[in-house]
Amino acid sequence: MSSAPGNDVAGTAAALNTTSAVLTVRDLSVEYVMERGTVRAVDSVSFDLDRGEFIGIVGESGCGKSTLLFAIAQLLVPPASITGGSVVFKGHNMVGLTDKQLASVRWKDLSVVMQSAMNALNPVKSIASQFADAMRAHGVTDKAQIAGRSAEVLTMVGIDPIHLKSYPHQLSGGMRQRSMIAMALLLTPDLVIMDEPTSALDVVAQRSLMAQIKELQDRLGFAVIFVTHDMSLVSHFSDRLIVMYAGRVDEFGPTRQVFDSPQHPYTIGLMEAFPSIRGPRVPLTGIPGSPPDLARPPQGCRFAPRCPKVMTRCREESPELYHVNGTLVRCFLHAGDGAAHD
Amino acid sequence: MTELSRGATPGPPNRKATLPEAPLPPATSPSPSTADEPTVATGTRLLRTEGLTKHFHIGRALSRHRHYLHAVDDLDISIGERQIVAVAGESGSGKSTLARLLAKLYKPTSGEIYFQGKPLSAVRSRRDVLRYRGEVPMVFQDPFASFNPVFRVSHGVMRCLKLHRGELSAGQRHEEAERVFEAVGLTPAADVLQRFPHELSGGQRQRVGFAQALALRPKLILADEPVSMLDVSIRIGLLNLMAQLRDERGVSILYITHDIASARYVADRLIIMYAGRVAEQGPTEEVLANPRHPYTQLLLSAVPDPRAPLGVGAETDRGEPPRVIDPTPGCRFRWRCPLAIDECHQVTPELSQLAPDHDAACHVARSGAEVRAFG
Repeated sequence: MSSAPGNDVAGTAAALNTTSAVLTVRDLSVEYVMERGTVRAVDSVSFDLDRGEFIGIVGESGCGKSTLLFAIAQLLVPPASITGGSVVFKGHNMVGLTDKQLASVRWKDLSVVMQSAMNALNPVKSIASQFADAMRAHGVTDKAQIAGRSAEVLTMVGIDPIHLKSYPHQLSGGMRQRSMIAMALLLTPDLVIMDEPTSALDVVAQRSLMAQIKELQDRLGFAVIFVTHDMSLVSHFSDRLIVMYAGRVDEFGPTRQVFDSPQHPYTIGLMEAFPSIRGPRVPLTGIPGSPPDLARPPQGCRFAPRCPKVMTRCREESPELYHVNGTLVRCFLHAGDGAAHD
Repeated sequence: MTELSRGATPGPPNRKATLPEAPLPPATSPSPSTADEPTVATGTRLLRTEGLTKHFHIGRALSRHRHYLHAVDDLDISIGERQIVAVAGESGSGKSTLARLLAKLYKPTSGEIYFQGKPLSAVRSRRDVLRYRGEVPMVFQDPFASFNPVFRVSHGVMRCLKLHRGELSAGQRHEEAERVFEAVGLTPAADVLQRFPHELSGGQRQRVGFAQALALRPKLILADEPVSMLDVSIRIGLLNLMAQLRDERGVSILYITHDIASARYVADRLIIMYAGRVAEQGPTEEVLANPRHPYTQLLLSAVPDPRAPLGVGAETDRGEPPRVIDPTPGCRFRWRCPLAIDECHQVTPELSQLAPDHDAACHVARSGAEVRAFG
């Protein structure tokens, strides 16, 4: 924890002109201290999340996307720790807050939906008692109020409130994920962080859940950070898209634009790695090679060893994020197009 | 070194592992069935099932009320030579049970499997079972759990060779192991063979799985979700490998998946399963272009496709799993089907041919009415 928490955060936020932002992440870095060396899993990530906005974060396993989420939610445990940067949520720097201070924020202002609902829900407690726990922890003690609100959120996600009495094993995978989302909405948070909530579901259930998340979001106005390895999943739902590679943001822009005209060779490669069920059948190649070992990241651009458009410069120096038609792209191919970000 | 060592892509100079993850097929390589005509769809039949059924007993062994989970019910499917047949469906549709029945890991409750014309129930002696397992090996879903971490990856493939191909000497076994490793794009093979599973990436481990299967000189590989645990950029490499094994070595593959787009990419034939039964089957392109079963239509409408505009229709379906414990007669999709008629609640629909080589099990489709349930 090298960054000093709390100091003149308001001033920083004002200077960055992010008054509409519910969350401001600046130069956030996370390192894992391991036997074989220090692994920088998240490297100077910056972005703003507006009120009611839906940001998708995509990348392959090991790119740091889940670590980034955990850092934002202050859920990192050793050997991982934030080594730099700030996470300003509703005007407060979350980095360095004590557990007690965080407890008052969690569930109430910010909630997290984990990847595996089976592991996130307590198997020996009914849904109702788990909902009640979360509410009591935040000072809601009136039984009628707890029961009413629990039934309300469960109905919101399309589950019959009769299931409040059910235990997690009595629900299907889709229903468990839905009840996790219901629980996240109990105290009407401003931000819901989701870590691959649909990865255990079938396409039909997945699609239905995504549509429901989007519908609830439009209705209730919370912001969403949605992490997934499946780019096509967020293509119709997120407002903006962050493509991460080896701990860094490689491309960041409006979702539609990123899909219609991907700029970074990695994003292009990812797009071309998806077979389609429509249109002509074309041979695909995927991206050769595998992501770098972050304990020994390659010099220069981290994608250079796998990049089909690699230049000499890419192997020597690290590219910045460059502006290209409203998208930020970390690639020297676009170095001439726009000024470097920040 | 064989002609197959072309898989090597130049590794970066300063990377620890210089193994190619996804060797690019050469420009001239046969692409995964881009041709429109059914290339090998009418090949000789390799395997066929007749009324294949597997029920699992639920509850305590001595309880008075016996309940049965109908994992696979009355399945008639066939796999041709040099054919990739994809079985797609949601979890619980019975597709993994099917693979295990074909691998002879489960005994069917009723029905029969014919491999090269001979009934599998007659394959009983240890020698015959061993030979069958060599001809029909399995590749598993989880490359992180299916290798013993304390042995080098050579252990598995050498054991396969020793067990199934006893005629080879120790030296020949080693040569053969290197040959199959190179065939699946793991080069330099001698080096990769000496590694431990944790030193390989998921994609490489799945290639080891295919190499092990290949060492047995298989006729049919049962691949149960072989790419679902891999990153998207790696998956295509494995799918290309499957197509290459079919095209260059004449191996048939049963490709079990929940990802219809990848099934379309490699498979010659597509079988859509729902609640233990075949909902629809036929040549892949034909089924995808003219889906006749409402469930196939629902499945297709739910596939996220960034290149397509947002479709409507699937939102009303929650994707709740069907009841397969002691099911009553009738179509198992009827609770979710917007087109269900009275007959669907009483009579289980049989597969019937609706177009050449294209079957669906749907009363409404069979009546000749146009089925447009979803999408």
